[in-house]
Amino acid sequence: MVRVDVTSILVDFIRRIETRLPIDVKEALKRAYRENKDKTLDAVYHAMLSNISIAEEKGLPLCQDTGTLMFFIKAGIRSPHTASLKNKIVEAVRIATKTIPLRPNAVNPLTNNNSGNNIGRYVPWIHWDELVDNDVIEIGLYVAGGGSSFPGRAQVFKPSTGWENMVKLVFKVVAEYGVNACPPLVIGIGIGPTMEVAAILSKKALFRRIGERHDDERIARLEETLLEKLNKLEIGPQGLRGRNGILDVHIEYGYRHPATFAVGVSISCWALRRGVLVLYPSNEYRFLDYW
Amino acid sequence: MEYNLRSPIRLEDIRKLRVGDIVYLSGIIVTARDQAHKRIVEDDIEPPISLENLAVFHAGPVVKIEDNRYHIVSIGPTTSMRMESYEADFIRKTRVKMIIGKGFMGDKTAQACRKYHSVVVMFPGGCGALGSNAVKRVLGVYWIELGIPEALWVLEVENLGPMLVTIDTTGQNMFNDHKSRLRNINEIINETFNSMHKILYSVK
Repeated sequence: MVRVDVTSILVDFIRRIETRLPIDVKEALKRAYRENKDKTLDAVYHAMLSNISIAEEKGLPLCQDTGTLMFFIKAGIRSPHTASLKNKIVEAVRIATKTIPLRPNAVNPLTNNNSGNNIGRYVPWIHWDELVDNDVIEIGLYVAGGGSSFPGRAQVFKPSTGWENMVKLVFKVVAEYGVNACPPLVIGIGIGPTMEVAAILSKKALFRRIGERHDDERIARLEETLLEKLNKLEIGPQGLRGRNGILDVHIEYGYRHPATFAVGVSISCWALRRGVLVLYPSNEYRFLDYW
Repeated sequence: MEYNLRSPIRLEDIRKLRVGDIVYLSGIIVTARDQAHKRIVEDDIEPPISLENLAVFHAGPVVKIEDNRYHIVSIGPTTSMRMESYEADFIRKTRVKMIIGKGFMGDKTAQACRKYHSVVVMFPGGCGALGSNAVKRVLGVYWIELGIPEALWVLEVENLGPMLVTIDTTGQNMFNDHKSRLRNINEIINETFNSMHKILYSVK
């Protein structure tokens, strides 16, 4: 493998995420298209699949909302890249915004001024997720579009009614805001002691492969139940009614506090743009579609 | 029914469209989203070009400058419901014939569509590459100081679509159909509770 510098690898990584869908997402959409029997919806699915091909062939961003870039990092403490990684990510975002290009999406909330380069206070978001005792860095990238970020919710409930309120919150979010979040949707749910832990876990849940179930048997069955019941809302692609409005439901849980049951809900549109860059000490690397 | 229309759009063309029809559009479209709607409606500023009989696209594109010329790299719709509070007045002031967006729009917009013979159509969200494939040329840009996503981009398009009619000139609105079907949500939630309790409390 040709050795390139880390910043160039990161730019390439961003380009890959913005211009092609992970294989599991593509397969899930194709399956939804096959199972569809409505003629109008056929046109919608066909448009989505054509869009995926055009974006991939021409190297164009799949969606004009190229999102807020969110990096989740599992860093090996012995990796030579750890110390300089943050600066290189910021530099890669600057370059990617110009060369791919990406839409400038970083806006100062006080002035409404758009920075023009997707860089600003806390943006791109870099979350140091785990430090592990090896020399490899895994960098997860999730592209958070506005339409699917808008319905995001986190709330803390009493433990006695925690599970029920989790279900109610998920249904409320999907029923009220699902249509404008570009269905078919993928739902990430996080459970934990506080709302930001639950929220982070709900986003990490979206890194799991579509169709893969949680290791815990009960959570796995709960995911299946929610998937089946949420699809009874018949949101359909683009909110146009029909089955398969939800492609999958993923739950990640952490232990809670005795007095709290925090729930986070993250929604992804059908254009679920995520992936993982695995970076070795020698600058060799590989891309994964999911964690 | 499926139609291929040209913009500027003729009255007889727009009138034959009904909720559920599919449209492909060629000709001139102009992007306008949150800030442009606010300027035209709330700040009462005259748009820099006439939108009469044209199509407005709720979209903020990805744009590239090459050889001193703008190119649309990716363009697709943003959530139209955010423009709902402005749209009726926007239609009245500009006499725009077609609103292209994402999701549905409300009753106020539907009434304006009936009164001023306009329609709302939905372009599939997330299809930015498909959208840019239909753009032939950037004819101009106004209000660029609002930033690339919020500026008014005047574009020549060819067969932009498929777009689904969600509000027609009779004021019929597909959104009402959507709202009515969410009535049984509590029933589904209760079903979910029952299944969940079996999973959580029966397994030791």
